[in-house]
Amino acid sequence: MKDRSMELQKELISGHYDRLSRANDEGKPVVYTFVPGNLTELMLSFDALPVLPEINALQSGMRKKSGGFITAAEKAGHSEDVCSYVKCDLGMMEQGNIGPTGKALPKPDLLLLSYTGCFTFMKWFELLREKYDCPVAMLHVPYQSRGEITDDMREYVVKQLREEVIPKLEQVSGKKYDEDRLKELLGRSAQAEDDLVWVLESAKHKPSPIDGYFGGVYYIGPLFTAFRGTPEAVEYYRTLRSEVEQRIADGLGPITPEGELKDERYRIVVEGTPNWTHFREFWKMFADERAVAVASTYTKVGGLYDTGFRHDPTRPLESLAEYCLGCYTNLSLPARISLIEKYVNEYEAGGFLINSVKSCNSFSAGQLLILREIEKRTGVPGAFIESDLVDPRYFSPANIKNRLESYFQMIEQRRSGRPKSIANAGLEASP
Amino acid sequence: MSDPASALIDRCEAIVNDLDHTSVADWKRQSDGTERKAVGFLPVYVPREVIHAAGFLPVGVVGGGDALEIIRGDAYFQSYICHLPRSIIEMGLGGKLDALDGMIFPSTCDVIRNLSGMWQLLFPDKWAWYLDVPQNLSPRLGGRFYAHDLQLMAKELEGLGGLEVTPERLRGSIEVYDVHRGITEDVFALRREAPEKVPTWELYMLIRAGLILPVEDHSELMVEYLESASKRTAKRRDNPRVIVAGAFCEQPPMGLIRTLERAGCYIVEDDFSLGQRWLREPLRITDEDEPFGALAKAFLEHSAQGATRFHPDGEPKGEELVRQVRECEAEGVILASPSFCDPSLLDRPMITAALDREGIPWTGFKYAENTGQFQGIREQAGTFSDSIRLWSEAS
Repeated sequence: MKDRSMELQKELISGHYDRLSRANDEGKPVVYTFVPGNLTELMLSFDALPVLPEINALQSGMRKKSGGFITAAEKAGHSEDVCSYVKCDLGMMEQGNIGPTGKALPKPDLLLLSYTGCFTFMKWFELLREKYDCPVAMLHVPYQSRGEITDDMREYVVKQLREEVIPKLEQVSGKKYDEDRLKELLGRSAQAEDDLVWVLESAKHKPSPIDGYFGGVYYIGPLFTAFRGTPEAVEYYRTLRSEVEQRIADGLGPITPEGELKDERYRIVVEGTPNWTHFREFWKMFADERAVAVASTYTKVGGLYDTGFRHDPTRPLESLAEYCLGCYTNLSLPARISLIEKYVNEYEAGGFLINSVKSCNSFSAGQLLILREIEKRTGVPGAFIESDLVDPRYFSPANIKNRLESYFQMIEQRRSGRPKSIANAGLEASP
Repeated sequence: MSDPASALIDRCEAIVNDLDHTSVADWKRQSDGTERKAVGFLPVYVPREVIHAAGFLPVGVVGGGDALEIIRGDAYFQSYICHLPRSIIEMGLGGKLDALDGMIFPSTCDVIRNLSGMWQLLFPDKWAWYLDVPQNLSPRLGGRFYAHDLQLMAKELEGLGGLEVTPERLRGSIEVYDVHRGITEDVFALRREAPEKVPTWELYMLIRAGLILPVEDHSELMVEYLESASKRTAKRRDNPRVIVAGAFCEQPPMGLIRTLERAGCYIVEDDFSLGQRWLREPLRITDEDEPFGALAKAFLEHSAQGATRFHPDGEPKGEELVRQVRECEAEGVILASPSFCDPSLLDRPMITAALDREGIPWTGFKYAENTGQFQGIREQAGTFSDSIRLWSEAS
């Protein structure tokens, strides 16, 4: 039997794709944008419908369609070396841009390029612009290289919102900017964010009632893109929170593809993007070992709320700017390490695992140093596996399963106090 | 008969191949016992004028090429990350960058961005700075942000022991670099006009030396080369004129450049040294101009349309390359991209579409800075060169 929150999520997502399929007929503006630094509330305040190409790509991966799309893009001249999200999206577009509900996605009226934490976003929309011949609104979000958001950075983003993004949204929607409406949406975002953070932090309980990586991306986090600011998102997170509260009261572990995970054995923190082509199989490898991801960094790509940030209706544009600047992929490498260290300590994790994906340099470059630093700072053993976002050619189930089994075995051996030299056998060591 | 230009190139080669940066260490030591400072920077573009105005030597760091065995650097990067950062880490951990007192990482791509954080952790005693060049190209938005960012960088350089970057000093440095820009373009113009006199491997070595030498010395060196090379009497061959594009960050090994030339191509334009030729126009600064703003304005208005800079709405990507083909009277384009280089490789389909629209022949391949086998590339470039000749005759 499904939880109420799952039904709600299904209804919301299905409704969104239905609205998208009617967007052209109903004259609704369609804005393509990215998950990190998404300006959902601002778009919704113009009644614009967001389309997130990354989400389309990952859904194609889960539906086992990405391999064909990627092949099509590579045949059209795209290198095997570059991001598979981009190639999957372009391949899907070439084959009719059919969304997960079987209906074609509408063309964009605007490409809202929130350039937050990923260089490839810029190239992606340059490529899409050539295909769709529509304008791009460039929002350059400065990188937090010095580990802080300065007044200058915030002011720069706010000015771009005022002078670049809002005028273009006005143009494609035919509506004037309505700050009161934006404030209303931001207020609801903040409510949902409180519940989202509560749910994520519920993993501090033992046993954890949630999986903060697989569950985090499967049913906890996704609504935080196209739906943030809506009454439905508030209701969803309120419902989800009450369900998780009940799980804690009942002493239940997280939901997995195989049902409830009982007798939590390993608590781990995960860094990196999931693999989507074998998502269920990948999750099952952890569940079979009774390993729970108590915290993850990928769930913070769309916003870092558990360190205190909330959208603030009293400072609408400043707050949107801070949101963009604060997304996980916009953090410096030292700041990412500090956050992971905090997770390992606060969630009392016994392991730290990196799933390094070939496609994503934003995440992957530097991860081997992250692994070493986390091991050094926390004393918790780390593991390193490699796969890809949506290119099925780069997911090797036997190899990954073997690595994971060795890793959990090593944690087990450490617990039982066996010598380190034996305990390390079979583990992908840090450099 | 001796060729003074060749002797100059020999000097450049010695400077470039000295991965320990001995010439930089020598420059830092002054006769009175005091020491000046040098600051490194990564590709693609950093305004060296600001470093120069602080009294420091700007030093471009583009990796160890095929002369450096990577051992420790490989332990920090997965196989699917380009070669440049592992080479930089290898050089850093091996003490080859000890002569540098700091390092600037421009916002070129995600790898160099993350490398800036790695640098902070691995070399905590060295100054490091991430330069966020603007992607919003409006003067009121990106222009102001960038000018302010440059001012912050100048303050940091002062804090590192540099001179105060006053408007007068910075204007002076801009003028010095304007001179350098002019001479650089003269050398490239000579190659365009007479590629038989200026082989690209020579030009490449000459320009690479400019990443290390003080700008004033390098300007003199280029003038000497220009005078000498222009007097050469080499016979022009029936080689097709080609442009090499896409190799603006991680550098190809010298053997690869020589291979392209040996395969029968006259390279009449390239982007190996894109960072040094980033600003396409001299700034011609006056005493009334605020110099940080002038650098920002030049970035917005006169930058090369490189893959690392947002291409605004307007003409399709690749049109600048098409114009270059026309201006250089090139007959084809060789697209050379480092393996796993997102900016270069993601640009390629847009570039090739533009070339195809204009019927401009092109070929493409990937390389790494330590690529050691050139036979395949030689065959590919040779076939390309032959096909251009045949195609031209047929038409």
